Amino acid sequence: MRAWFFTEDAYPYLPDEDSYESIRVNLPNKHFDPATGADLYNMYLDMWCAADEMGLNIMNNEHHQTATCMVPAAPIMLGILARETKNARLLILGNPVANRSQPVRVAEEMALIDVLSKGRLECGFVRGVPYEIAPANVFPYRGTEKLWEAHDLITKAWTTHDGPFNFEGRWFHARQVNIWPRPYQQPHPPVWVTMGSAGSAAQVAQRGHIGAVFLAGYPRIRGIFDGYRKGYLESHGTEMLIDRLAYCALICVGNTEQEGLDGAEKLLWYMSSNKVPPQYSNPPGYHSPEMAATMMRGSNSGTGLPTSTNLAEQMARGNVFAGTPDQVYDQIKSFYEYCGGFGNLMMMSQAGFMTFDETLASMKLFSEEVYPRLKELTASYDAGQMQEIRAGLPDVENVDVSSLASEFVR
Amino acid sequence: MASETTTVVSLHGVDVPLVRKGSGPPVLALHGGDGPVDHLPFAEAISGSYELLHPTHPGFDGMLIPEHFDNLQDLVFLYLDLIDSLDLQDAILLGFSMGGWLAAELAVLSTGRFSKLVLVDSVGIKPGGPFDRDIADVFASSADELLKATWHDPSLAPIVADMTDAELQTFASDRVAHGLYTWEPYMHNPKLRYRLHRIDIPTLLIWGENDGIVTLDYGAALRDLIPGASMSVIPEAGHHPHVEQPNEFAARFLEFASH
Repeated sequence: MRAWFFTEDAYPYLPDEDSYESIRVNLPNKHFDPATGADLYNMYLDMWCAADEMGLNIMNNEHHQTATCMVPAAPIMLGILARETKNARLLILGNPVANRSQPVRVAEEMALIDVLSKGRLECGFVRGVPYEIAPANVFPYRGTEKLWEAHDLITKAWTTHDGPFNFEGRWFHARQVNIWPRPYQQPHPPVWVTMGSAGSAAQVAQRGHIGAVFLAGYPRIRGIFDGYRKGYLESHGTEMLIDRLAYCALICVGNTEQEGLDGAEKLLWYMSSNKVPPQYSNPPGYHSPEMAATMMRGSNSGTGLPTSTNLAEQMARGNVFAGTPDQVYDQIKSFYEYCGGFGNLMMMSQAGFMTFDETLASMKLFSEEVYPRLKELTASYDAGQMQEIRAGLPDVENVDVSSLASEFVR
Repeated sequence: MASETTTVVSLHGVDVPLVRKGSGPPVLALHGGDGPVDHLPFAEAISGSYELLHPTHPGFDGMLIPEHFDNLQDLVFLYLDLIDSLDLQDAILLGFSMGGWLAAELAVLSTGRFSKLVLVDSVGIKPGGPFDRDIADVFASSADELLKATWHDPSLAPIVADMTDAELQTFASDRVAHGLYTWEPYMHNPKLRYRLHRIDIPTLLIWGENDGIVTLDYGAALRDLIPGASMSVIPEAGHHPHVEQPNEFAARFLEFASH
């Protein structure tokens, strides 16, 4: 198992929630104090550097026009970390390539980070959450097609070393493509792509990339990972290795159960603060008409209120792992066995008002007492044995996650 | 009730449902982003003395969006085919909102098959500068804002809670098609203003006095770009004067159509 420390770099010092319509897209930036922001950027970079020193890997991402994530350009932060860290693999998850107009520029940025870090980049591509549509002003219909076209252009740019090529696709055009630098890793950095359904998983599997899932929990994870495994077998004729799958949950480890749960409550800021009105969470063309209609019907879609969150419920769903090191290990192992195994654990271990010291204490316990056992767990992975274990675990009842899933999974 | 038939016109692989309603000189009616309007009372009134020809744009009312469709220009060329296939002669071209933009795009290409043009609360141009929000951003507006901008009498607006699942899904897929045709440049073609001078048939703009999507000033700017066009403003109506004041709307249309 490889563990990836992740914080979304929130700016949590906001006015009363009732005083604004949305934490995303239209929250005026007068609420962003640059001096406070400077301290926060440095704190988050320090956390990532601490992760490197603890033997954890690093994951970062970007969002736009939102207090939930202060980083609108993940490659900039990753460029700093390429220089400041020594050993960690550097995962960007990811580049919102369906929303960016110049895939070649993305190829260049990623190549630079890969070279600067001497081959430590892991490059993710994402479609992006629905609230990214307004800031990007890209019509989201056929976003997945755009993502794959950008992917094809970027990987071609990374792997072409004999001079320029032209690209005239449906969505993107580029001429005389001949990037400098080229990537450090050959043929190119490992690629990750997010997936939210069996169908999207099959497309990732077909390319053999790492498929990443956010907060799908027990109700949806089997469908998605099974879609990947099936798609991989069909495309490649062999079973995939579990290093192809990644799962992201909120994780807090405490010396006591209560300490872990208290920290997890703080992590839930990520969900509870996500006040977004329907015009931003349900733009035309992002969701299928079926899902869009469900969201229009949904009880909280018309009010702009955030999805209600309850720690016990989120833990039961497999979205949060929290408690003592033993408890956290057991929770992850249960989920791991339920879904048939995965080789990458993305851990959102800081959010909201969780302090530097609280975060590092949890990370330290994780890296010293949970991580070694997780590495043993995946090292002893046996496909046949896993099938037997899984077969003994019935499907968890499909609790209603429609709104939550649609807003967070991608 | 006027006689009514629905056929499907197949145009090079794209199926377009076409309602024919009433009898008389042809009126080609192009609906806006809220979907078909052939079932509305104004249509009944018009079809007493005209044959209303009402196609449903691909993507609306449960129709699929053709794989190669990206924006309004795809509709323009689809309807050039439709107009040829119907062999329209001396038809009145009537467009609502986005359908008015579509009608204007067709008219600047050729008015040869049309006798008159009627644009209702239409989008399609950008009169202001880059920082001016000339057309309300309907995809980024809250339900309340949209209600206020669209309707003089908000009680006439469709209510999501009252829709069946099938209706709501159609509503949701109509929004996708609306977005596809209008996303960027938002609700307009920067080139259109330089082409509107080509319209050489009598043109009437009908506008709801309280339209908050495209205001009266916007309508006046559009009128001024079309040679000889006049504008008829309907009181106590917003973006859909044909819905809020169907009798008044039909009267003004018929008055213009018959002279």
